[in-house]
Amino acid sequence: MAQKLYGATTVDVDAEGFLTDFAQWTREVAAAIAKEEGIAELTPAHWKVIDYIQKDFKENGQVPSIRKLNKSGVISTKELYDLFPGGPAKKAAKISGMKKPEGCV
Amino acid sequence: MSEKIQKVSIIVSKGGLDGVYPGLIMANGARMEGIEANLFFIFFGLDAVLKKRMGKIKVATVGNPGMHMPSLLGILPGVSAMATAMMKRTMDKLDIPPVPEFIEMVSDAGCKLYACKATVDMFKLKKEDFCPQVDSIINVGRFYEIAAGGEIIFT
Repeated sequence: MAQKLYGATTVDVDAEGFLTDFAQWTREVAAAIAKEEGIAELTPAHWKVIDYIQKDFKENGQVPSIRKLNKSGVISTKELYDLFPGGPAKKAAKISGMKKPEGCV
Repeated sequence: MSEKIQKVSIIVSKGGLDGVYPGLIMANGARMEGIEANLFFIFFGLDAVLKKRMGKIKVATVGNPGMHMPSLLGILPGVSAMATAMMKRTMDKLDIPPVPEFIEMVSDAGCKLYACKATVDMFKLKKEDFCPQVDSIINVGRFYEIAAGGEIIFT
């Protein structure tokens, strides 16, 4: 299994850089992954999305879809695309320490 | 790995749920991957962006071999509505939204939507007949200009 060093933390990742063990996730790791994905700084708006994704995963065992994020009032689809440009679902999941989302929508 | 696709322009030419959804899913999926996406609605595909029609699109139960249903059964009143309701329920569980919501979602995702001028003229439609997400009514030549440099997908 591949490993990656973010700051002082070493994490296990899959071939695409998604964490394979959520227990290794920290806020610092999240910020470092975000930088790699072209997001210079995680703002409170980013954290609101990340917190919700993690909470929803804990409850349902699934990374929430863009539609669910929108419908649950967490963030509008437009804002989500603005916050995580170039692939919001994938990038938000990666930064949140989740596996790559598998759904088509 | 091959070079990443930068842009797709998807033509939606068929009406009915099974005609409209594939193009919408492909366009939305493109945006989710950071790919620039355009949707061009022509012929009966136009139903997906017509205010009056977009909320009432059904799945065809007659002459649709994919339904695995004898056409004689498909003509019975209510069968198309029932099949549509079943399909919508299943899709909702997969987080695939109904057509009007899907159009809004794909537009919010940054996909551009266009209606075909020839079809608009043929059905005597006006810009006001379309949902606000439709950017403009364009002719085929303009579509090719917009699609230039990217992939074109016909559905």
